[in-house]
Amino acid sequence: MLHKPAAPTGKDPSSAFKARLGVWMFAVYALIYIGFVAINIADPLAMERTVFAGLNLAVVYGMGLILVALVLALIYDRICSVRERLLASKEGRN
Amino acid sequence: MAITVFLFFVASVLGLSFWLARRTTSASAYYAAGGTIHWSVNGIAFAGDYLSAASFLGICGMIATAGYDGFLYSIGYLAGWIVALFIVAEPMKRLGKYTFTDALDAKFDSRGIKLAAAISTLIVSIFYLIPQMVGAGVLVEPLLGIPHAWGVIMVGAIVITIVATAGMTSTTYVQFIKGALLVIFSLALVIAVLVRGFNPAPDQGGKVPFVEPAVLQATLAGDAVLPLDSTFAVLENAAVKQARFVRLAGPAGEGWWHVEEGDDGRVTLTQAQWEAKSADGTHVINGAPASPENKFRQVGNLVRVAGRTGDAALSGPAGPLEYLSLMSDKETVVRRWKDVSFTAEDGAKVKVIYPQETPGNRVMRPGLKFKVEGTPLEKLDFISLMLALFFGTAALPHILIRYYTVPSPTSARKSTIVAIAAIGAFYVLTLYMGLGAMTSGVVNPLDNNMSAPLLARSFGELLFAVISAIAFSTVLGTVSGLIIAASGAVAHDLMDRYAGRNMNEAQKVHAGKVAAFAVGILAIVLGILFKGMNVSFLVGLAFAVAASANLPAILMMLFWKRTTAKGITAGITVGILSSVGLILFSPSLYEKYGLDPSTAPFPLDNPGVISIPLSFLALIMVSLLTTRTTTGVEH
Repeated sequence: MLHKPAAPTGKDPSSAFKARLGVWMFAVYALIYIGFVAINIADPLAMERTVFAGLNLAVVYGMGLILVALVLALIYDRICSVRERLLASKEGRN
Repeated sequence: MAITVFLFFVASVLGLSFWLARRTTSASAYYAAGGTIHWSVNGIAFAGDYLSAASFLGICGMIATAGYDGFLYSIGYLAGWIVALFIVAEPMKRLGKYTFTDALDAKFDSRGIKLAAAISTLIVSIFYLIPQMVGAGVLVEPLLGIPHAWGVIMVGAIVITIVATAGMTSTTYVQFIKGALLVIFSLALVIAVLVRGFNPAPDQGGKVPFVEPAVLQATLAGDAVLPLDSTFAVLENAAVKQARFVRLAGPAGEGWWHVEEGDDGRVTLTQAQWEAKSADGTHVINGAPASPENKFRQVGNLVRVAGRTGDAALSGPAGPLEYLSLMSDKETVVRRWKDVSFTAEDGAKVKVIYPQETPGNRVMRPGLKFKVEGTPLEKLDFISLMLALFFGTAALPHILIRYYTVPSPTSARKSTIVAIAAIGAFYVLTLYMGLGAMTSGVVNPLDNNMSAPLLARSFGELLFAVISAIAFSTVLGTVSGLIIAASGAVAHDLMDRYAGRNMNEAQKVHAGKVAAFAVGILAIVLGILFKGMNVSFLVGLAFAVAASANLPAILMMLFWKRTTAKGITAGITVGILSSVGLILFSPSLYEKYGLDPSTAPFPLDNPGVISIPLSFLALIMVSLLTTRTTTGVEH
């Protein structure tokens, strides 16, 4: 099985939709990331403030950026999978 | 035992590589594992590729010495995967075959793009290889007791053997195993750290006695420091980088002490660690001849835990939130160690390592390394780093080639999500490992890269051996991936496609292996030259080069219809030249050259904030000047 050439990929009717969705979700995450950098630059002491369960803003925001990345990734995959199935079944009927 | 476990682990990795190598006969199998890897395996292999020496050794080491600033790398590295998932993953898979150049050139079939992208792949791979090799040397030094340079040569030789005999298939499965083991054993280490809790006098499980630095009170008479204890006499004064030191002769011999003047006018002298190297070859550490037994003590501990000292500060097992909360308390005080070098009055080269107390609230927010409260230039350096980390991941050649090992764009997407989950989980653990090292007396004051493995050693030799073996195979795997990417650039992009040599499958694989050998030798030399620099810092530079050279080209090719082949070529060329050029003239490299960093012509350490926009600008301007028709022919 390991001797096959790199697999050719067929036409993907949902690619334009996925690209648009990807750009929007990227923009959402980029804004959250910019917020983190901006607070550090504009008001570094704000990062010391305790905001949750004894944790300061730096820890909560930093860990949050990691967690939000995973949550957005799962949402993106779910929406893309639904769209791919939908378009595949439409093509199947045609 | 540690050496046995380590050698067994490395031998297993090599055995697996050679076994899988027997199946690699075609160029497709060599460069892209035949495009048949399952997305879940590829996702963990992504983690194996990505969690390199920089992540495990570099980030933990930087957190252990600079606190939260090291965790910024974790945040930035992970955020970069969002760009990979949302923007790059599926299009790269759809457009490419073996290499990133294939994808970039798919719409244009331009010789300029092939040449520029292949050179960019080579340069980024080599920049990324340097820290991996430095990390390898650092790892084997305490484990096998061999010098740094031999460690680098050993890794280079093993990796060249792996790559020259195997290719992407074996690299993928080795990365899969290694990525999974790294996350599992890092979790085990973090659990051990939490169960141990805080101890202001860490003794590494009773194995290494804790040494509290001695303190003397003194007065100032003019510029002269006078110890109140008359059994001490001042022999010499030194002032370096706004810090002041005195050499004292006392009942236990002579040594260097750090001078601190309090707001109340009281003067405190704190005993430092020191070494002196004389022209006649004498090398003294802490007053005795340097030897494998007499070297710098490992350092790092808490002076107070939430205001408590002594036995009252023993926290016992702490939950994950409680641990971070106690660390962040403004009544918690961390003892970190800084180093300065100067020439003594007798001409000896002296290095002094002295303690500095920092409150927990300061350690647990950015600012100790990256001066977010500093000058506008220092703030710009911070922005530059965060920008490079965010945009660098999706432009790394050894990450991009992994998209060709899966069968479809959907698999590319799903494997990226598995990677985000595994890598995200690991990066959360880095904060605990780094802080664990910072407070457990396990930081090597001369090289913080070994902090995580040395933290493991404080829990026992077995954990140390396993963690070191995983870290070592981490380096092996990442270096293998990088060398395959670099050899693909030479054999497939440059020789086959750019030079039009029309090689058959066997010739392509052979050319790739020869290229792998050459790149491997170069990596060994650079790994020896860059000894001692933090590996995560070095990777930050590789990210800046990748983000400047490759990402503007990828983004504009995908999203701007007026992009032309000449525009892409210009963008890549300007990105490489500006980022590499600015790095060569940066303060950190000036320090490496032995020059005064403040005289560096480019004031930032990370060039991303200048070189990424420059690359975009060049691409857009040249594209506008060389418009193309819908068939892709340029005017």
